[in-house]
Amino acid sequence: MSSRERILGRVRRALGDAPADEAPVARDYLREHGQRSTARTVELLAGNLADYRAVVHRCADGELPALLARLLSARGARSVVVPPGLPAQWLAAADAALVPDRAESTPHELDEVSSVVTGCAVAVAETGTIVLDGSPDQGRRRITLVPDHHICVVRVPDQVVSSVPQALERLDPARPLTWISGPSATSDIELDRVEGVHGPRTLEVVLVQAQPSGNVTS
Amino acid sequence: MSGTFVGMPAFPAAAREAVGDATLRGNLRHATHTIRDKRARAVAELDDWAALREAGRRIKDHTLRHLDRYLVQLEESVTAAGGTVHWAADADEANEIVARLVEETGEREVVKVKSMATQEIGLNEALEARGIHAYETDLAELIVQLGKDRPSHILVPAIHRNRGEIRDIFRSEMGAWGRPAPEGLTDTPAELAEAARLHLREKFLRARVGVSGANFMVAETGTLVVVESEGNGRMCLTLPETLISVVGIEKIVPSWRDLEVFLQTLPRSSTAERMNPYTSMWTGTTDEDGPRTFHLVLLDNGRTDTLADEVGRQALRCIRCSACLNVCPVYERAGGHAYGSVYPGPIGAILSPQLRGTGSEIDASLPYASSLCGACYEVCPVAIDIPEVLVHLRERVVQGGPAVREGNRVVLKPAKGHAAERAAMRAAGWAFDRPGALRAGQRLASRSRRLHPRTLPGPGRAWSGSRELPAVPAEPFRDWWQRTHGGKGEAE
Repeated sequence: MSSRERILGRVRRALGDAPADEAPVARDYLREHGQRSTARTVELLAGNLADYRAVVHRCADGELPALLARLLSARGARSVVVPPGLPAQWLAAADAALVPDRAESTPHELDEVSSVVTGCAVAVAETGTIVLDGSPDQGRRRITLVPDHHICVVRVPDQVVSSVPQALERLDPARPLTWISGPSATSDIELDRVEGVHGPRTLEVVLVQAQPSGNVTS
Repeated sequence: MSGTFVGMPAFPAAAREAVGDATLRGNLRHATHTIRDKRARAVAELDDWAALREAGRRIKDHTLRHLDRYLVQLEESVTAAGGTVHWAADADEANEIVARLVEETGEREVVKVKSMATQEIGLNEALEARGIHAYETDLAELIVQLGKDRPSHILVPAIHRNRGEIRDIFRSEMGAWGRPAPEGLTDTPAELAEAARLHLREKFLRARVGVSGANFMVAETGTLVVVESEGNGRMCLTLPETLISVVGIEKIVPSWRDLEVFLQTLPRSSTAERMNPYTSMWTGTTDEDGPRTFHLVLLDNGRTDTLADEVGRQALRCIRCSACLNVCPVYERAGGHAYGSVYPGPIGAILSPQLRGTGSEIDASLPYASSLCGACYEVCPVAIDIPEVLVHLRERVVQGGPAVREGNRVVLKPAKGHAAERAAMRAAGWAFDRPGALRAGQRLASRSRRLHPRTLPGPGRAWSGSRELPAVPAEPFRDWWQRTHGGKGEAE
């Protein structure tokens, strides 16, 4: 008998006495916590991102290239990985060398790159989370992991949801997903949180307003 | 389970040593109290916490009730997504499968994401015996591995170490495993984390094989989920060419939507965060992104035996958050090592004796490693009634009875060392059945009360060593009731 048959047989014998239970699970919990305007939801996202040490910037559509160029040069970035589908104008003003996200690159080569700029699939306000799904403007998972500096652009309010349940509804499980809430951290020393271990130690999130509005603030 | 803990003394003996260690008690108290308050605040942010907890309980119970169906469904969906599924009835079989898969790649080293299942089966030792080096990459696991130590907490296996001890381990041991600790390393947590980053980076960048566990597996989609903080998980899950995940069969949830419950309750219960820094979800393999080969090893190793126990099976709902450890007054004082298992604390006290059986001294003593205060049940995000299972397992230890071991129905013998308890219970049962004898005995006890000792003799001495024996009243209650007509007569 194979182990598969043995385990399934044990499961079936173990459950011989159990009641049928075919009723769907009751879901009495909330779809989101609290009622907010769209603007307040974006505020909450910004607040929660910052609470876990992500650096949050806000700008209007047209200001994005200048802001990204400024953030990269402030960091002293010599090179930046660019996912294949990142809108070309985003990095049009950047001085850093643009490195395409290619299958042939080795992890060692990626380790030499200063920064990475991506879009995202969805952002969750209640938890301060951005989710990447490997779409063309986000690239392979490793490009947002090995470089030490990640700038993630979130289109607000379109890409922002309030809660975890709403985020899961928007995501495709067939894609490789990475949920990111602040920079890499650990609680392993005395159960106290410290930022900065293996993932990017600096996470900057740019909230881009689709319509032109207000000045760049950071 | 792992051979690491074979020959552990019973809990009281192991705990006695730990309780005498002032540094350990200080470390544990500091860490558990820090996280306790933070968890309470994180949970209080969600006003539907009780409903989320109840939904989590129901989803897990429903899954366990139909575990065979969901296992088959998971196998189909993982296979359809490009993965290969293996089944392991016990630790040896799982270790053999993983070792063979690593050997087939031609590699001699693997990088590991923190995983309770691979700790449980002693995978690192089994791989080492085959000449394969397994590098732990979670900071706390690294501290344990470098210090040739044992884990003492589910979430933070090095919780028994303070920052000074960690610095000393890094300074003295890192060089033997790879890049040594930086010169002049201090004990600030940020510097220690930086030292781990530098030490492990070369291993991540050259790794060809990654080994992980998983927090959840979605039957419907074949998606695996790993919840982590440091990014070491992402490194192991995406940089290597081959990924091998060893996962307990109870880690299934039926649908994608079910994750919405646990992704809210797990981070808040474990690290007290709204969300942990990184959560990875993958479904089979993806072209040109991440590992080209994915193996899933489904592990039984005592889980189906646990499932056969009507009361005990609720322990399989556990999502390994470790909130029960952090609130437990026994764990806070005795520490994790005394539990003699990779699963310490209240959940360990009900999980280990079920996964391993109550045959050994340590496993027979674990159901007693509790004051039954119930704090663990209160904080459990899937509402496991740990005190109920503890009492149930105590009964099994003292009385023996039917159980399932390795899939076979067996009748357990009563454990040794509980003869006095059994005799006392039998005598009580006999007396309560015979009102005349009970009355005579109570009267005798009342009349001889001046002669009663203040401490118990023999095995009872340990109990009365720190407690007052209750005084016997001058008159048995039933005599008083009869004499006074329930208190009415006295008023006249």
